[in-house]
Amino acid sequence: MMKAKHNVLINLKNITFNYPAGTPLLDKLNFSLSKGERIGLIGSNGCGKTTLFHIIMGLLKPLGGEMEIFSKPRTNEPDFQEVREKIGLLFQDADDQLFCPTVEEDVAFGPLNLRKSHDETKIIVKETLENLGLTGFARKVTYHLSGGEKKLVSLATVLAMKPEVLLLDEPTTVLDDSTTERIGKILNNSDMSYAIISHDLAFLKKTTKYLYRLNQGQIQKV
Amino acid sequence: MVIEEFSWGESILHKLDPRVKIIVVTLFSVVVAISDKYSVLFLALLFSLVLIITAKLHLKQVLRRLLVVNGFILILWLFLPFTSPGKTIFSLGPLAVSREGINHALLISIKSNTIILASIALLSTSPIFILIHALRHLYVPDKLVQLFGFCLRYLQVIHREYVKMVNAMKIRNFKPQTNIHTYKTYAYLIGMLLIRSYDRSKRVYHAMLCRGFKGEYWTIDHFHLKKSDMVSAVLMLSLIGGLLVI
Repeated sequence: MMKAKHNVLINLKNITFNYPAGTPLLDKLNFSLSKGERIGLIGSNGCGKTTLFHIIMGLLKPLGGEMEIFSKPRTNEPDFQEVREKIGLLFQDADDQLFCPTVEEDVAFGPLNLRKSHDETKIIVKETLENLGLTGFARKVTYHLSGGEKKLVSLATVLAMKPEVLLLDEPTTVLDDSTTERIGKILNNSDMSYAIISHDLAFLKKTTKYLYRLNQGQIQKV
Repeated sequence: MVIEEFSWGESILHKLDPRVKIIVVTLFSVVVAISDKYSVLFLALLFSLVLIITAKLHLKQVLRRLLVVNGFILILWLFLPFTSPGKTIFSLGPLAVSREGINHALLISIKSNTIILASIALLSTSPIFILIHALRHLYVPDKLVQLFGFCLRYLQVIHREYVKMVNAMKIRNFKPQTNIHTYKTYAYLIGMLLIRSYDRSKRVYHAMLCRGFKGEYWTIDHFHLKKSDMVSAVLMLSLIGGLLVI
């Protein structure tokens, strides 16, 4: 089925990638995400799911292929700086994502980079933390948080930038059932398009409409 | 990992504006470091001791920290008296102990202890992340403040990775001995720690890029000078001024 072109947010064509001295990881991979689409991405360990997300964000450079994101071809760093303003990536390890001394500053980092004023940022921080059930966490020191709390704060830092698209890399691995459910609800109630890497099929079933499998460098619908 | 053991408390010094504390410690250290008069140095030492008492710190822990510093100073005492040229007081076999050497070593001992005590009383009574904020407000170059912040944040993470690896070694019954296997294992441990830290730093940088990082780092907290801060600042700075004049 042809998708209307202006609705396609991310469009990857024939993307090829491998790490130095590695076997080809992505082999002429095609992938697209349209407005409003919510997909789950599964695949065995080390098959390149995280790599794919990092290529979309411009953190890794593909060896071949074309990328069109928000209807513009994206090749160099300035292109991707634009992309990163509208796509939020949640990293697998929350310790990679949180680097500021306090929760408040970490959540404020993105909005301030987007040239929001200090007053606006304070409101965004407060609202984002409230939405995630993190009221009262603003002044906490990030390295004193538990694993699950760190994950939630990481999600807050991404949501605070009000992205159009979310790429979530194993968001629920360290979370308990009730927190997982809360994140599911937040995702379902949002108007964002997103792709989720997860091994938690029950969570994917609740939050996404289609399931894709990354296998031998290619993506197929399940 | 124990850090910031003094930073939470109820004393006047704990509540003092960190900017005042940083300025006072910096000026005080310079004055003490350049002074050569015993009268000035003893007054300065007294000032440091008063600060320690005011901060209501656990004296045993303070002494433990002083012990570390004085370990280094002990090494100076082993060399300076014998190597500084000057008037010989007495001889130990072929070694001559000079008055200037002893004088020199004594000055260094008093100065370092005075400065360390003041730093413990003033700086370690603030949580480190608050000191980081204060440095930014005092216009310390951004890059230095960022380095400080990242060190603090990731020292914890790297330490945790170290503990994880040591535990992984322990559960497989590793016991350090004097043999190649032990040396090899420690070499792997250090090597892995370096590689993991390097990889971690790359991932953190990527995460920052994803949130629109373009070289600027923001502070959203601001300090407000209270009346008591002003009074303490004026009091301490005039004492330091007094030391200069004597």
